[in-house]
Amino acid sequence: MSRALRFAPFALLVLIIGALVWRLSTPTDTNVHSTLEGKPVPAFSLAPILPNKPALDSSDLATGQPHLLNIFASWCIPCVTEVKVLQTLKAHGVAVEGIAVRDRPGDLSEFLARNGDPYERIGSDPQSQVQISLGSSGVPESFVVDGKGVIRYQQIGPIDRADVPMILAKLEQAR
Amino acid sequence: MRRLVMVLALIAAAPLLADSDLPPAYWSNRQLPDPKQEARAEALMEQIRCLVCQGQSIADSDAELAGDMRDLVRRRIAAGQNPAEIRGWLIQRYGTWISYKPTDEPAAWPLWLAPLALLLVGAWLVRRRIRVRGG
Repeated sequence: MSRALRFAPFALLVLIIGALVWRLSTPTDTNVHSTLEGKPVPAFSLAPILPNKPALDSSDLATGQPHLLNIFASWCIPCVTEVKVLQTLKAHGVAVEGIAVRDRPGDLSEFLARNGDPYERIGSDPQSQVQISLGSSGVPESFVVDGKGVIRYQQIGPIDRADVPMILAKLEQAR
Repeated sequence: MRRLVMVLALIAAAPLLADSDLPPAYWSNRQLPDPKQEARAEALMEQIRCLVCQGQSIADSDAELAGDMRDLVRRRIAAGQNPAEIRGWLIQRYGTWISYKPTDEPAAWPLWLAPLALLLVGAWLVRRRIRVRGG
């Protein structure tokens, strides 16, 4: 056996340990990104969930103005803090549209009364069907949709205060 | 004693659920009346990956979203769609990640070539041994 070959197992061990250390220090992104970025919002028509709030239709997103489409729920804990950030965005003139996933009218109106209501329209998605058709994998998620109804950006997880300038920039680009 | 009570209280505590209050979708835990359609739906559900419990199929997962996806699969099968169409529809939205069935994309080529490469290495090793014996 040649000398070089004798060190092969050791080299292999170093390689494996190196790979493990690298993966531990830079974990993989376990988010599942929608592949619809750059493509039009799939057609949908959702029923209203609250009497004083218009329902949401995919055609409401292609009005010539960019929209922020927020997928949320009253039972979603990170949504409580996010909805306040959405009000900041609304104050900046952003049109925020909501899809309430698996929600009840009573729970939702209580959620909005307690945390504020930035939504122009809210559609009810009781069996996550529109959420799935958008390639979304949880709540909260948001999509920046341009004036032609094309998805420009997907935010996975809540929009934090720190994300506000980034989201505003994405909406500006979508104009 | 106090610590023990606290531990017991923790066991009895209701977990904070990140799930909705709504009942599962109609077809999420119910078989289709037509056994052939149900078999097709089930075969597909075993190959579609759950978005919440990544590593489980939607057939195995108890997540609400997996239930809603089972409902979607069964509804579409019952409406006459074939499993390949439904898989394609999901891949359009979530990428090939959503399907456990390996694709023929370049990223998957090593997967397809590995058995062939291993077979060649094996043949080479065997040939060397035979030659040594013969010589």
